[in-house]
Amino acid sequence: MIGTEGTAARTNTGVVHAEDVVRVYGEGDTEVRALRGVSVQIDPGQLTAVMGPSGSGKSTLMHILAGLDRPTSGSVRIDGIEITTLGDDALTKLRRQHIGFIFQFFNLLPMLSARDNIVLPLTIAGTKPDPQYFENLVERVGLADRLEHRPAELSGGQQQRVAIARALVSRPTVVFADEPTGNLDSRTSGEILALMRGSVDEYGQTTVMVTHDARAAAMADRVLYLADGEIVKETGRSSQHEILQIIDTLDLQ
Amino acid sequence: MIRFAVQGLLARKLRSALTAIGVVLGVALISGTYVLTDSITSAFDSIFTENYKNTDAAITGKTAFDAEEDGTVTAPPFDAGLLTQVRELPEVGAAGGGVGGEAQLIGKDGKSIVFGGAPNLAFSVDPALPQFNSLTLVSGAWPAPGEVVIDTHSAQEKGFAAGDSIRVQARGPAEQMRIAGLVEFGAVSSIGGATLAGFELGTAQRLLDKTGKLDQILIAKKDGTSEQQLLDAVRPILPEATQVRSAEDQAAEDAAGTSSFTSFLQTFLLVFGGIALFVGSFVIANSLSITIAQRTREFATLRTLGASRRQILGTVVLEALVTGLVSAVVGLFLGLAIATGLFKLFDAVGFTLPNNGLVFRTRTIIVALAVGVLVTVLASLRPAWRATRVPPIAAVREGATLMPGRLHRFRPLGAALLAVAGIALVLIGLFVDGLSTSTLLSLLGAGVLLLFIGIALFSARLVRPLAAVSDPVARWAVVVLTAIAWPFFLFPLWLVRRLRGRPAEFPRVLPDGPAVAIGGQNSRRDPHRTASTAAALMIGLALVTLVATLGAGIIKPFEQAVDGIFSADYAITAQNNFSPLPPTVAAAVAEVPGVETQTSVRGGQAKAFDKTITITAVDAEAPGLLTFDWRSGSQASLGELGADGAIVDAEYADNHALSQGSRFAMETATGKVLQLQVRGVFRPPAGGSPFGNVTISTETFDSTTSQPLNIYTFVNMRGGVTAENTAALGNALSTFPNAKAMTREEFKKAQTDSVKSILNVLYVLLALSVLVSLFGIVNTLVLTVFERTRELGMLRAIGLTRLQVKRMIRQESVITALIGAVIGIVLGLVLASLLASRLEEITFTIPTSQLVIFAIVSVVVGIFAAIWPARRAARLNPLEALQYE
Repeated sequence: MIGTEGTAARTNTGVVHAEDVVRVYGEGDTEVRALRGVSVQIDPGQLTAVMGPSGSGKSTLMHILAGLDRPTSGSVRIDGIEITTLGDDALTKLRRQHIGFIFQFFNLLPMLSARDNIVLPLTIAGTKPDPQYFENLVERVGLADRLEHRPAELSGGQQQRVAIARALVSRPTVVFADEPTGNLDSRTSGEILALMRGSVDEYGQTTVMVTHDARAAAMADRVLYLADGEIVKETGRSSQHEILQIIDTLDLQ
Repeated sequence: MIRFAVQGLLARKLRSALTAIGVVLGVALISGTYVLTDSITSAFDSIFTENYKNTDAAITGKTAFDAEEDGTVTAPPFDAGLLTQVRELPEVGAAGGGVGGEAQLIGKDGKSIVFGGAPNLAFSVDPALPQFNSLTLVSGAWPAPGEVVIDTHSAQEKGFAAGDSIRVQARGPAEQMRIAGLVEFGAVSSIGGATLAGFELGTAQRLLDKTGKLDQILIAKKDGTSEQQLLDAVRPILPEATQVRSAEDQAAEDAAGTSSFTSFLQTFLLVFGGIALFVGSFVIANSLSITIAQRTREFATLRTLGASRRQILGTVVLEALVTGLVSAVVGLFLGLAIATGLFKLFDAVGFTLPNNGLVFRTRTIIVALAVGVLVTVLASLRPAWRATRVPPIAAVREGATLMPGRLHRFRPLGAALLAVAGIALVLIGLFVDGLSTSTLLSLLGAGVLLLFIGIALFSARLVRPLAAVSDPVARWAVVVLTAIAWPFFLFPLWLVRRLRGRPAEFPRVLPDGPAVAIGGQNSRRDPHRTASTAAALMIGLALVTLVATLGAGIIKPFEQAVDGIFSADYAITAQNNFSPLPPTVAAAVAEVPGVETQTSVRGGQAKAFDKTITITAVDAEAPGLLTFDWRSGSQASLGELGADGAIVDAEYADNHALSQGSRFAMETATGKVLQLQVRGVFRPPAGGSPFGNVTISTETFDSTTSQPLNIYTFVNMRGGVTAENTAALGNALSTFPNAKAMTREEFKKAQTDSVKSILNVLYVLLALSVLVSLFGIVNTLVLTVFERTRELGMLRAIGLTRLQVKRMIRQESVITALIGAVIGIVLGLVLASLLASRLEEITFTIPTSQLVIFAIVSVVVGIFAAIWPARRAARLNPLEALQYE
């Protein structure tokens, strides 16, 4: 299986390192310290969940780790490359190679077929997918018979499957998922989470998922709890019940 | 409600401003037209009023009929003895006589001084009667016999001062004269570029070939006499072919010719303002449709809060009303700039208009505001109606879009019907006989309007296939244009940026496959939007194509006609190719050694069958140099017209039931009635006859015309066209700087050049509509970028660079422009073929090279339209884009 090969290759290479990341919005009276010195390391081949209430800085952290936003101070390295000093073009090209995204609102291009949406990151980078890997991936996300459909002809769950395949197609160093189930009903959410878990297990795909859904966090190998711009706790694989308890005790609600 | 609408507009400043640009430009052209024509009228009025400021009555010669002002016909002068008689009348306080005409001032370079095709006026001045003298002496003295005074403008421009010597040419060869002084007309240094040459009466009479004659007597009444008493006293002593008018009437009469010209100019320019506004209305309707689609949730929220459909409609229409009013005001003032620009434009194409300062009348304000507001509100009606269809539930739904209207599925059918109705109107206008000109024009206008609207609505269906075809074309056109612009623009720009230490990607020429591919897809995703955006450009291009095709259709047969008719080696015409020349020019040419045969064609006007017609006259040498296409008669009859022979063109013959041998009466400008017999009927060439409806012999013409003028002179020389012959002719014409000798090829080219310069004016005016449509594309793209913010964020997040974003937007823009161009060009060709099939003068010729240029221009329009929206899109922070809701 190609995934095994990929896992072997990737476990030795890149991960994400963040050191003392501070992010301040605004100035003076309106100053908001979204992140107050976060240091974190994302281990390869793991599904990491970032939990926290709204305003805790979890989205900001993800945006900074993914190279979409710049920290006020601190360092972020992806695959050993310091990204905080990169120019826009270099950063864009780094994202092409190292980062995959799964969005809450799927964000598919409406005029492209599912197939074209999936291969879009490769198309943009000017390359083509490995046909065997592509077939395997499509099979895995269960879209083999839906490839020629446009987003409007797909259900929400199917659209998010396309988005997952799109994130995985370039075999990025790390996939960031922003509330991937936030816009889905609970049954579909379950399917999507299983799929993401599967991609970690089968392809060894390093994944970071931002969520406030305890059920989603329960699928993760590691859960980071954020409050007021700081990581306040970290656990290993936990059940939904345990996670809810931790949230309760930390008063994160 | 008004506050709500205004606040809504302010919240979307940029979009509102973009929407308004179409109206602003259209209104600007309309207001500019009024300002221009009002300014011209007022300038002329001031000239004519100035002329008669101390005059109570004026005696002038009288043409037998109302001739058109084409320079070939002037009223005959009368005997100077009349002045003495007038002065003896007890009612007359003072009277002064004068002559006028044309005289060229010759510059130091030996060329006659002409400013933009304006006339070269010559007249007598009488400093002894200052009350009748509308000239002001600026420096030097009034002219003694054999001297001249010239206008300060010409003097300054060409470096002359009082005391200098200058050559002057009127009816005879040029003469060297001393400049006695410099003058101004009233207080104006130039009357629309006309040159002034004032002489002492005797000198003027000699130069203008009016010895012992006068053109005009100006009379001031004695105190205590009424104007009517004066007129009544003068009338009985008037000889034949003269008339007396009150000063007021005379000024009005003088102004009549110019006012018909300004009213033509006004209508002409208003048509183009109307076209720009029509295109602008498409831009507005399209922009409003898009904004309303984007504001679906806002309208739905208003509905849930209890707003009625009427109130929603009211808000949108009110917004349009405010937009229309603001843009009309802006356009109104921009019109002042346009008027200035038009003055310059006409000046540049050799047609200087008089201007004593811009005139801004109330009528201009009212019309501009009304039209601007009306067009905007009308264009907003459909989008406003669609806004009322937003159901309240859309407020709570994610990604709610505007529902297609109930009549949605009938839209293609309705559009097709509109287009067919339009075509039908055009056909009726073209092919039904006996329609009045105004009916015909309104049928054509309405038909074309309907056709445009129909095609614009229908073209949504054509977008997908056309976009598919345009995609690779756009891609490669951009590559080629980029490659061309690279060394001149892109590379230097990059260099400058790098040298300033700013980051810039090295400009590449080859297309960016992926980015361009997404751009191509984008152009197909909302066919209605793409179609309406392209429609604005379509209208401009259809009209430009129509003009180019008709132009080509006129030029080609015209060249053939010139080729067929004139077989001479050389042609002698005025420097500007159309002003008539005095016969002395032809006489000088006849002296040139090597001239074998020579013939001149006189031009003038006459009255026959109760209508003023243009006439020409030919001499005995004509058969050898001019070739007619005869229906009856022969080349030989051309030289044997004698005292009563006439040749008529076929159409004129048909209209008046004339055939070989028929007789008819024609009254000449001097009032003499000629009894003519038809000696030949010729078929005038397609592209317009260079001859009048009636052609008579030169002897007959000269005996009934006060100052005959030639419109062409043709010369055959020993050895044909050679450098020596050309030099010899040029030498002979050196005393007639206004005349020039051209070879047959040059003559042909000169004749078509005049058609081409008219085409150029039309292109410039139509360019305004193309400009409006460019803003339409900008507008749509900006709104689209705004709408696709999240999508752009996603693309940036997954790896699209800023440059790629720009290229993506540009591709969409160029494809949209190409779609507009393709439909427009096809439509233009169809309209042109309809016109050509009706008008014999025009053969349908596809102007291939122009069409290629139009297509390239469209691509450039697409590229330019994309610049700003693409920058905005590229500047989007991917993060903001993702959080945008």
